[in-house]
Amino acid sequence: MFYRENGQFKSSYRADQQIFPIAQDRIAILVLLLVAFVVVPMGVSDYWMRAILTPFLILSLAALGLNILVGYCGQISLGTGAFMAVGAYAAYNFQVRIDGMPLIASLLLGGLCATVIGVLFGIPSLRIKGLYLAVATLAAQFFTDWAFLRIQWFTNNSSSGSVSVAGLNVFGVPIESPVQKYLFCLIFVVVFALLAKNLVRSAIGREWMAMRDMDVAAAVIGIRPVYAKLTAFAVSSFIVGVAGALWGFIHLGAWEPAAFSIDRSFQLLFMVIIGGLGSIMGSFFGAAFIVLLPLFLNQLPGWLGFSISTALASHLETMIFGALIVFFLIVEPHGLARLWSTAKEKLRLWPFPH
Amino acid sequence: MGFFLETLFGGLMVGMLYSLIAIGFVLIYKASGVFNFAQGAMVLFAALAMARFAEWFPLWFGFQSLLLANILAFIAAMAVMIVVAWLIERLALSKLVNQEGITLLMATLGIAYFLDGVGQTIFGNDIYKIDVGMPKEPLMVLESTFPGGLLLSQEDLAAAAVSAALVVVLAIFFQKTATGRALRAVADDHQAAQSIGIPLSRIWVIVWSVAGFSALVAGIIWGSKLGVQFSLSLVALKALPVVILGGLTSIPGAIIGGLLIGVGEKLSEIYLGPMLGGGIEIWFAYVLALVFLLVRPQGLFGEKIIDRV
Repeated sequence: MFYRENGQFKSSYRADQQIFPIAQDRIAILVLLLVAFVVVPMGVSDYWMRAILTPFLILSLAALGLNILVGYCGQISLGTGAFMAVGAYAAYNFQVRIDGMPLIASLLLGGLCATVIGVLFGIPSLRIKGLYLAVATLAAQFFTDWAFLRIQWFTNNSSSGSVSVAGLNVFGVPIESPVQKYLFCLIFVVVFALLAKNLVRSAIGREWMAMRDMDVAAAVIGIRPVYAKLTAFAVSSFIVGVAGALWGFIHLGAWEPAAFSIDRSFQLLFMVIIGGLGSIMGSFFGAAFIVLLPLFLNQLPGWLGFSISTALASHLETMIFGALIVFFLIVEPHGLARLWSTAKEKLRLWPFPH
Repeated sequence: MGFFLETLFGGLMVGMLYSLIAIGFVLIYKASGVFNFAQGAMVLFAALAMARFAEWFPLWFGFQSLLLANILAFIAAMAVMIVVAWLIERLALSKLVNQEGITLLMATLGIAYFLDGVGQTIFGNDIYKIDVGMPKEPLMVLESTFPGGLLLSQEDLAAAAVSAALVVVLAIFFQKTATGRALRAVADDHQAAQSIGIPLSRIWVIVWSVAGFSALVAGIIWGSKLGVQFSLSLVALKALPVVILGGLTSIPGAIIGGLLIGVGEKLSEIYLGPMLGGGIEIWFAYVLALVFLLVRPQGLFGEKIIDRV
């Protein structure tokens, strides 16, 4: 009843092509941002901030990056963890090797290194696709796992591949407390989400989608496959690399290659599938779902009044993840994001559905 | 020279096992166009079932014979794999007919996770051993030709023999039986096969059961070498580059690809590894497959990929 757009007239193309054409959506987003920036830092416990909200933000950022590649450009990748690792270790190297390197600059440079590696491993996508490409991206995963464990230069001569950062600050403001870390990540996520949203609405985004829907036909109408695929790899791995750097620097503080193992790649792929392939919003839904589900599953037996062992709990978690993947692919291949937009459609007609 | 040959044989044996898992991939891909990421989980699941049944049956039915326990466990594990195949067809695949390859691939990823979870919930998550009485002590051959002779593991030889036998059985099954003919028909053209009365769903159950069978054999061999534990499902990740190298649709490709990767991996580890810092076994197979794909995207024996609008 309140979610209706009658009376909102648009008299220019600009107004018609905004990200949120309906006024209520704009207000909702502003309120959401206000809550995220002001209310949450005041009202949420440090534990939630540190253990749930910050990982959620960083993983949504990584899922966003992966979604550009898999959801928008149709190039399936199982090597996301590798690009995160490249981002994290590259940023670490910039941080320790160059004196007085600003934190933001090293994070972004880490992202750039991930871009280079991403494009490099994206080159096979010009010859192969689908299943073959999935296996090819696994090569990136195994190679970086090995490289950061064995090549001492990358880790500043630490023998186990584990590195740590400390004393982070931006323009003299320390990034130490959970609230500061949360806000720092939040700013990154908001900026990147806006950039990504605009990218996928632009010409290059349409080229990606054309490539995804039918690459041969896209090539016939004049889209250059090389350009479209490699830009998708570049943009995607840049975002993923920055997310990896944030994961290492802000969330973990000290990490080893195992933090970016193949499990991380699968986890991110699941986020994208469950959240919604080809949807910016979906990346957030997916990340929230995957971050919160284990918590929920851990609490559930307690609420129901019986206890299960941690081993059984983790097996159940795997099982439920697996089942949910299949369930979503069968019932709603476009994920939670599609449910969300269906709900909005229904709401616009409510209470007169027809 | 002797050392080189030893490495070579070691590589061939490991490669044989890779091809055993790779055949599972190829079977399913041939008959349904699904790239089955769950093959590794199936290997783990089958091996877990086998190991635990062999342990439980003597307790339940009160007998001592290891041989009898193993035979019964094998039959029971095979039955379980057939049920799994049927459930996968019923609950997942039949609902995903006509979807894109990527969707199916991701569905099998989900199945893999599910199977991992179920398997470990039912059968436990310790390290279990499968004892099918394979000879353990190494065999010394050709002592007169080389100084020190060649050291071959009898276990590996037995495993290779079993793998070879499995391949022969599968080849006969595919070429000579009516079911095999139906399978090949489905592989060629789903619709045409359906229109002459070949029931698709039953064929898929059969294919997944056969893949389950090959997973069981692979699981038993790996399991008796290394013990049954979670890392077994990761061995299948090694079989992926094998399939890619050999071509997704070719059983001979899977075998030759497996042997190539097994040998390449061992030789590169020994002769290239020290230069690069060691442990390159982890990625060598993948990079080999990747480089190969750039030259020949369809693999060694794969069918040429033709795009049409």
